[in-house]
Parts: sequence; structure tokens; C-alpha cells
Amino acid sequence: MKIVLEHLTKQFISRHDANEIVTAVNDFDFEIPDGKLVGLLGPSGCGKSTTLNLICGLEVPTEGKIYFGDLDVTNLPPENRGVGMVFQNYALYPHFTVRQNIVFPLENLKGEEKMTREQMNEKAMEVAKLVQIDTLMERKPSELSGGQQQRVAIARALVKTPGVLLLDEPLSNLDARLRLQTREQIRRIQKETGITTIFVTHDQEEAMSISDLIIVMKDGVMQQMGEPQDVYNHPVNLFVAKFLGTPAINVFDGEIKNKKLYIGDDCIGKCDADDQEVYVGIRPEGFIPSEKGSLKCRFDRIETTGRDTSVVCHNEHCISDEDVRAIVDSDEKIVHKDGITRFDLRKGKYHIFSKKDEKVIDA
Amino acid sequence: MHNKNNLKGWLYLLPALVFVGVFMVYPLIDVMVYSVEEGYNFASQSYNGVGLYNYSYVLHDPYFLQAIKNTFILVMITVPLSTTIALLISLALNSISKLKDLFQTIFFLPYVTNTLAVGLVFMILFKKTAYSDGLINMFVNLFGGRSIDFITGSYSAKMFVMCLYTIWVVLPFKILILTSALASVPKVYYSAAEVDGTGSFRTFYKITLPMISPMIFYLVITGFIGAFKAYSDEVALFGTDLNSAGMNTIVGYIYDMLYGNSGGYPSFASAAAIILFAIVLTITVINLMVSRKVAVK
Ligand SMILES: Nc1ncnc2c1ncn2[C@@H]1O[C@H](COP(=O)(O)OP(=O)(O)OP(=O)(O)O)[C@@H](O)[C@H]1O
Ligand SMILES: [Mg+2]
Repeated sequence: MKIVLEHLTKQFISRHDANEIVTAVNDFDFEIPDGKLVGLLGPSGCGKSTTLNLICGLEVPTEGKIYFGDLDVTNLPPENRGVGMVFQNYALYPHFTVRQNIVFPLENLKGEEKMTREQMNEKAMEVAKLVQIDTLMERKPSELSGGQQQRVAIARALVKTPGVLLLDEPLSNLDARLRLQTREQIRRIQKETGITTIFVTHDQEEAMSISDLIIVMKDGVMQQMGEPQDVYNHPVNLFVAKFLGTPAINVFDGEIKNKKLYIGDDCIGKCDADDQEVYVGIRPEGFIPSEKGSLKCRFDRIETTGRDTSVVCHNEHCISDEDVRAIVDSDEKIVHKDGITRFDLRKGKYHIFSKKDEKVIDA
Repeated sequence: MHNKNNLKGWLYLLPALVFVGVFMVYPLIDVMVYSVEEGYNFASQSYNGVGLYNYSYVLHDPYFLQAIKNTFILVMITVPLSTTIALLISLALNSISKLKDLFQTIFFLPYVTNTLAVGLVFMILFKKTAYSDGLINMFVNLFGGRSIDFITGSYSAKMFVMCLYTIWVVLPFKILILTSALASVPKVYYSAAEVDGTGSFRTFYKITLPMISPMIFYLVITGFIGAFKAYSDEVALFGTDLNSAGMNTIVGYIYDMLYGNSGGYPSFASAAAIILFAIVLTITVINLMVSRKVAVK
């Protein structure tokens, strides 16, 4: 089912100061296509949970409309929207067994939808098999590992075969290995069921690795939406560029003069835009060590982490971090003369942003 | 090593054990001993035999039987009723957002108010004086009824006042416990239930109730024990001669046997005390068993 948000806005009265208004979601106006796995990404407090709550109906929008397919669901209560929701800390009922937890939503069905006990158990078993917890049905949530609880929560959200599945930071309580496994599981389950799924995370890597689409938001405003690699390669502003990618993008103070782009005194390329001060963001993989390279940095050290070799150096114009980090081929020889390493920049791996509004400037 | 640690542990516990021994275990044993000494004479501190005569006497004493009946009626009516009413009020308190703190304070006030003040209020409400028949009777009269004598009248009228008074007194504490129990249920469970389309009654029955059940059991158990030990409230309402008012309780009977008009019979008092002890113990064990069974389920 496709989800359409039309000028969706949600404001709260601030928890700290009754006179202040917090706009948690600000004029969301976009469409999520049917059957996609969408990662909703942004720093803490940017309104991700609020967005999910609006879509599932736990919060009423201040303004705007929500459509599932062609149906306006803005004023429908959650149970009539056909959504499944997995909460941040799972919200499994501790006094119920796994089976009772999964069956619980089915027991609420009324009228024609009402099911017999056998049908319910059958359905519960079906989703339990899908998330691979069918051997744990008689346990209590407290007797399960974090990853298993997570899957029970997903099973409970799926049992009514919702048109939309929402997951709020589904992996944040898991350790690193389990995160990897579980996110693959989520991917697999989503592909098998084909349910339009939105999952919230503040971990960009997680979002990038399993999503069909990502939506990056900041302070309640949607910044960019698109395929992960596309957003990574073509960030619309400095925030998105900084938010995606590990190690993070290196940001420099720069300047455009006479159609040329400078970092300090080093001319690193051409640019058609008008003369102005700019930020230059260079991806770690955008540096090519070269004896005649145009960007000069003070060499510090070489770090090898796993398969990555990175050259760590300094440049007084770098403002994102004290170190400039360049990821290079491990067999590349790093030459540094008098403590200075030189780099050429790879086309498409660096971006120029206006200092005025931090929006991208086409090179 | 292990033994040494054990010894140390007991040493730390010693002060507490001494107090428990002196003020709890020794008196209990002493009372048991008293209760089997027949024909005990207070003045000469002598007795003429050991047996169960004291128990037999007490169990055949109409005053004691009346006290047992009163106490049981009081317990069976006030404990479930006060817990239910407290739960309803707490639910209401929990569901309002405005002025919640104010209402919580108002409901807790009677708890810190002097019992005598509460007694006074009940006098104004129920007691017949030279000037009026009490506030409640004014209303009864207003609707065309005849005045009811709540303090010296029929048994059921007196029992009504007694239960009402007891419920009134225990309510604030129960409300306090239950409102905090309700507030401690994580909101996310209600969100989850809402997304699943759970009706409000089912949400209460399937989610809220199980989650606050430990607190409810705590209140029921302490409520039973408290109600079995009722005495002072009855004195406040009906005066010290509870036997002739027909409103005595078990503890009241024990007190009377020791110090009252018919006082000076520590053996009978002890026998009655042991009977009360056995009753409370049985009920508490049953309560604990039920609560454990429900919790496991
Ligand atoms: N019920 C509420 N009342 C007042 N303010 C709220 C309420 N719910 C959320 N907010 C505010 O709205 C903003 C967005 O909150 P939200 O929970 O959606 O953030 P989030 O992106 O999910 O953050 P996190 O990653 O920390 O979970 C925050 O500033 C928060 O303080
Ligand atoms: Mg959140």
C-alpha cells in the first residue's frame, strides 16, 4: 500500500515551557511507494517517532493529511488503518507467553473478522515461522534474548497482515552482531511479505544497507528522500552530506574565485558558480594520493582498520574534525615530502555547499 | 571460610534478632503458655492445671461468637469493597490530566487527618443528639423516610456505619498505592494495545490489572490483616462498652478480657488471641497462595 503524506505537520506544546511550541514534524509532503522498505533517518529528537505515530494514528496531526493508497486515513483510529507497529523497546506484554502476545491482536477482531481459536493459533504459528520463533511459543518474554523479543514483536505486528509495517528503532537494543543478523531478517521478512515498511533509525549505516529508500530528516524537516546510494552521492545540503557515511565526510572552508575552487591557497578544481565563500565536503574515498596533487595536507599517520587503510593528516582549513581522513588502496604508496602529502580529488566524491544556506552548489 | 562468613552474617543480624525475639517471639510463646493454663489466678499467679478449657470457654462465650461474627462481616465487606472503590477512584485520577496533583492530594488528606477528626465528622453525619438526628437522617427525612438510629439502633444500621467508617479510613492509603501503581505501567503498552484495537475494558482487564496485581495483592493481604485487628474505630463510633452494643470485635474482646469491666482473665484473653492468630495466619497463607498462583499464570 502506498503512503501519501500531504503537508503533514505536528506541533507540541513544549514539555519544558508551556509558551513554547515544538514543531516535531514540519510540512511533510511526499509519497512512499508500495512495497518498499523505507529507512527514516535523523538525529535524536528530530521527529522520527512522531512521524511514525502520525502514520499509525497514535498522534493526531496539527495540519495535513495522510492517505493509505487512495483512502484518507487522517481521522481513522489506529485499529482501522491496518498498520502493524513495533515499538522501540518492543512493548511485549510481560505476563503473556509468546503465543498469547502474538494472538492478542487477533482476539480484538470483531464482527465478520472474528476468528476461531484454531484459526488464531494457526495464524500465529504462520507468522512465528516467518520470523523463526515457532519453537519458543510457550515462553515468557523475560525468558527470551533481545533478538528473539524483537522478532516476537515483529510477529505480533504482522499477525493481522497489515498493509503498512512501522518499526521504531527496531535494532537499537541489540548488540553489534545481532544487529547485523536482525537487520537482514527484517529485510528478508519485508521481501517475503511485500508489506510497505517504514523503519526508524539514527544509524545511517543500518538505513543505507537495507533500505530501498531513505528519508533524511532534521528538526522536523524532511531534508532528502531517495535511494541510499543516490542520496549518498548527491546530498542536497551539508547536513545530509555530514549525516551519511562512515567515516564522516571531511568539511573544509573554501572559496570560489574566477570559476576556480580553492581550499586555502590550493586550487583543487573548477566551478561555474559565482565568486563566494563555500564549504567543501570531501568523502574519505575521494582522495587520490598523488605526488603532484593539488590539495596539500600535513601527514600524521596511517591507520589500518580491517580492510580499510586510511591516511590521517591535518589541514588548517578542515572544520569538521581536527583530522582529515582519507581512505586509500592498501597497496598505494603514500609519499610525503617534508611532512606534506598531496592529493588529487576524485570527481563526484566532493561536494560544494553555499555558506549562506548550506545548500549544494553544482560544480 | 564459608562458616566464618555465616557466623559474621548472624552476628550482623543479632540486634534485629534480639528485638524480634524479645518483642515478638517471646510474647507469642508466653501467650500460648497462658492460653493453656487453667484457672489462672491473677493475684497469686498460680493455676491448677493445663488443658484446653480456656479455648472451650471462649468458643462458647456468646460475646466472643458475636465478636467473631462482627469481625468476619467487617473483613468480608470492607476489604473487597474498599479495594474496588480505591481502584475505581485511582483509575479516574489516572485518566484526568488537569488538576491531577490537586485531586491526589485531596484524596490523600484523610490519611494524615487525625482519626478523632474523622470520628467527629461521622458523629455529625450519623449521631443523634438533642438537637438533630444527624446529617444523613436529615436527608432521609427530606425524602420522606423515618430517622434511622445508626449508633444505638438496629444491628444492620450499626454494621453499615461501621463498614462505612472502616472503608473511609483505609481508602486514602489504597488510593495512594494504586495511583502510583497505575502510573508506573509503561505508556507504551497502552500504545501497543491501541494500535491493536484493544477496547478499553479489555485493555484494563488484560493489561492494566495483571500489571498492577502485585500491588492489589499487597493491599488485600494487609487489608485483611488490618480489618481482623479492628478495634479502635469501633470504640470511636460506639463507645467502650462494645459488648452491650453488640459491636465488639475479636481484638475488642481480648482487650475486655484483659482490662475491661469483665477484665482480669488473661488466660481467656490469651486463648482468644491465639484463635485470632490462627485465623489471620490461615487467611494470609491462602492469600499468598492465590497471589502466587495468579502471578505464575
Ligand atoms: N508528547 C509530546 N509533548 C511535547 N513534546 C513532544 C512530545 N512528543 C515529542 N515531543 C518533542 O518532539 C520532538 C520530536 O520527538 P520524537 O520523539 O519524534 O524524536 P525522535 O526523532 O524519535 O528522537 P529519538 O531518536 O530520540 O527517539 C522532540 O523535540 C520532542 O521533545
Ligand atoms: Mg524516537
